[in-house]
Amino acid sequence: MIPELGLAALWLAAALAALQLLAGFVGTRSGNAAFAALARPAATLQAFLCIIAFCALLYVFAVTDLSVQLVATNSHSLKPMIFKLSGAWGNHEGSMLLWVTVMAMAGGLIALIERRLPEKTMMATLCAQAFVALGFYAFLLLSSNPFERLAEVPPEGNGLNPLLQDIGLAFHPPTLYIGYVGLSVAFSFAVAALLTRNVTPDFARVMRPWVLGAWIFLTVGITAGSYWAYYELGWGGWWFWDPVENASLMPWLAATALLHSASVLAARDALRTWTIMLGVIAFSMSMLGTFLVRSGILTSVHAFAVDPERGSFILALLTLYIGGALVLFALRANTIAEGERFAVMSREGALVVNNVGLTAILGVVLLGTLYPLLTEAFDVRVSVGPPYFNPVSAIFFLPMLLVLMVGPLLRWKRDDFTRVRKPVAIALAVTIVIIIRAVFWDGIGLLPLLGLGLAAGVAIASLAPLQGRSLRRTPLAIWGMCIAHFGIAVALFGMAADTAFQKERLVAVSVGDTVEVGAWTGRLDSVNAVAGPNWTAMQANMHLSYDGGPELEAHPQSRNFWAPVMETSEVALLTRWNGQLYVAVGSQGEDGRWQLRLWWKPFVTFIWYGGLLIALGGVLSLIGRVRSDLRRRRGEADDSEEIADAAPEPEPEAQPA
Amino acid sequence: MRNLRFALWGVVIVAAFVFGLFGYQLTQPKDEFVRSALVGERIPEFALPAMVESRPGLSSTDLADGEAKLMNVFASWCIPCAAEAPYLEELERQGAQIVAVAITDTPEDVDRFLLQHGNPFTRIGDDRISEVQLSLGSSGVPETFVIAGDGTITYQHIGDIRASDVPVLMEELRKAQGQ
Repeated sequence: MIPELGLAALWLAAALAALQLLAGFVGTRSGNAAFAALARPAATLQAFLCIIAFCALLYVFAVTDLSVQLVATNSHSLKPMIFKLSGAWGNHEGSMLLWVTVMAMAGGLIALIERRLPEKTMMATLCAQAFVALGFYAFLLLSSNPFERLAEVPPEGNGLNPLLQDIGLAFHPPTLYIGYVGLSVAFSFAVAALLTRNVTPDFARVMRPWVLGAWIFLTVGITAGSYWAYYELGWGGWWFWDPVENASLMPWLAATALLHSASVLAARDALRTWTIMLGVIAFSMSMLGTFLVRSGILTSVHAFAVDPERGSFILALLTLYIGGALVLFALRANTIAEGERFAVMSREGALVVNNVGLTAILGVVLLGTLYPLLTEAFDVRVSVGPPYFNPVSAIFFLPMLLVLMVGPLLRWKRDDFTRVRKPVAIALAVTIVIIIRAVFWDGIGLLPLLGLGLAAGVAIASLAPLQGRSLRRTPLAIWGMCIAHFGIAVALFGMAADTAFQKERLVAVSVGDTVEVGAWTGRLDSVNAVAGPNWTAMQANMHLSYDGGPELEAHPQSRNFWAPVMETSEVALLTRWNGQLYVAVGSQGEDGRWQLRLWWKPFVTFIWYGGLLIALGGVLSLIGRVRSDLRRRRGEADDSEEIADAAPEPEPEAQPA
Repeated sequence: MRNLRFALWGVVIVAAFVFGLFGYQLTQPKDEFVRSALVGERIPEFALPAMVESRPGLSSTDLADGEAKLMNVFASWCIPCAAEAPYLEELERQGAQIVAVAITDTPEDVDRFLLQHGNPFTRIGDDRISEVQLSLGSSGVPETFVIAGDGTITYQHIGDIRASDVPVLMEELRKAQGQ
């Protein structure tokens, strides 16, 4: 009964999307006003119906209703409740339902609250949103029905991929999805602006909170995903340039660029065409990411839900939406009037460098990700990895960091470098001193070396805009910018320090043996079997101490899941302020000794702290923006646009190696 | 503005090309096999001790004694290896000389495996840490290589040998002998 209810709600939602499409279209043509007025309620009701459908799915997973095919193939009655629920979106059908639900919620929210744009542009936006949503409803209902029943009810379910049975999974994919789908709103706004030729600062102000919101979720999602891969896969790495990681990084890069260019458009009415283009690109990258993950066209460690037929469906959607938007863009771009001009030495100038840099890195990642696909067409198999991505993206990333030291200090329109000379000189001096000092450390690579120096310089420069301000009266958007830029410095420091100073030991030890790595000494006390709800494990019990300090316990496990059968490594992490000890236990050798792998990773945690700081900057910025929007709506004077630059900057994941 | 327009149509064309490429690749059968780069090359130098008492070990010089051979990489814990055992025996009956590399295994387990599934091998090398397997460019078990009399790898069969693969492997062996 409940699954049928969910399915019915989905069909109804799809019908409402069709209604929204028609009503929105009529609305752009100044046709029947009464009919056009249906667009907004259709969007709101649709969100409500999708939430019902999603709750129905959560329910069938919670009670492990094995008559539903999706539950039977992906769940198991013995799984802990949290993983039963997260199993609802840990598969293709469920994640697509999550996708349409988030999309409908975003659409409903715009319909409900957004009244700043001209009604025609609004109608075009809702129309575009419905057009995109319809494709995904079709996909869900025609080829990936999550509520499909089985003719015969199996006695037990197949279980969920053990790698996914982790608290990280409960948050990582939905977070990324919200980010991906949030960008669909920016896409709809961009398409609407092209259709109505209405590209104004107001348009940028309306679009910006959506981009910012999506971007915050993407930032958190990528950070969480990186940490999940780090402790769950047991390889001790935090970024692998895997196609699916790249698939999440590319929309982030585009969204970051969009955020900055939207700031220019909002504040200065410049970069009009470019901002629209980025709106189209950002969502294109989301869809491309979904396509790469779902179609299995590239070989990836993330290939959890691969099916070429579904790939064809998403490809069709990709071609329709992205191809369509690009053609529309090519047709309309030169009808959009040129925006304001500005000098090279100005805030806009610096933001253009940021945009060009981010777009270039996006191009580098895109090329590296798709290159194997191109060569395979000629029967040459290659894999593209860190030796390409690290140096090539660094070529663009490092100059961007230099500009980041200057940009936020500059005024809009035109500025004189001598005005900001002092803080920039201090930041550069610190950078250079650290680089010179670090050159003498043994075996440090070029990228970590530059990374350490620039991290310090950017950290200082990122706080410089706060200098001379009353901290209590500083607008939240400025705080947001400073914190996000500071977060980049923190993350960069973590990446560089880990790459430059990590120590690794792979040893075979008997119970009672001691092992050393970096400043740590440890002893293997015992190995025993432990049992969990749906796994058993061999657990190594160790005592470790840092530099002769107090002894700490660590219990790495090698786990065997039985539904489905799979072995995973559950690492033990000992976190200190200055880094993390990473201990993984492997199998037992012939002679009864146990394989242990230990890494001492100095300051590695800073990578994720940095990622979270970047997201926090976004949150502050978003709160500041929304507050000043509300104030403006009430008709109060607001000067925050004068100092407007909300947004944070580069890549948390450009890995110096 | 003219330049901008050309650039934009360029973007559209590139996108069309990429979508076309995706479409083409989706229709292609996905080849997940990792082929050895050593096919056509001389076998790398190695010398493995005997795995079991009944058969001698295997070294690269044994493979360059003028006779073309099949070299089977297997493990006792590998189920497809058990599945292909009858076809290896069939190959032996048809006159193929077969040597083996047993990876990450113990003598007791291999003995038990051979007792149960037959022993068509003239030599079995003990590659306990998969060192030789990896140096051959083999990524899994079972795999079977055809080695010419001078020690050149002429063919690699990935996965278990099915009935239909037997004539293919015999033909490859004949070709290798002719070299």
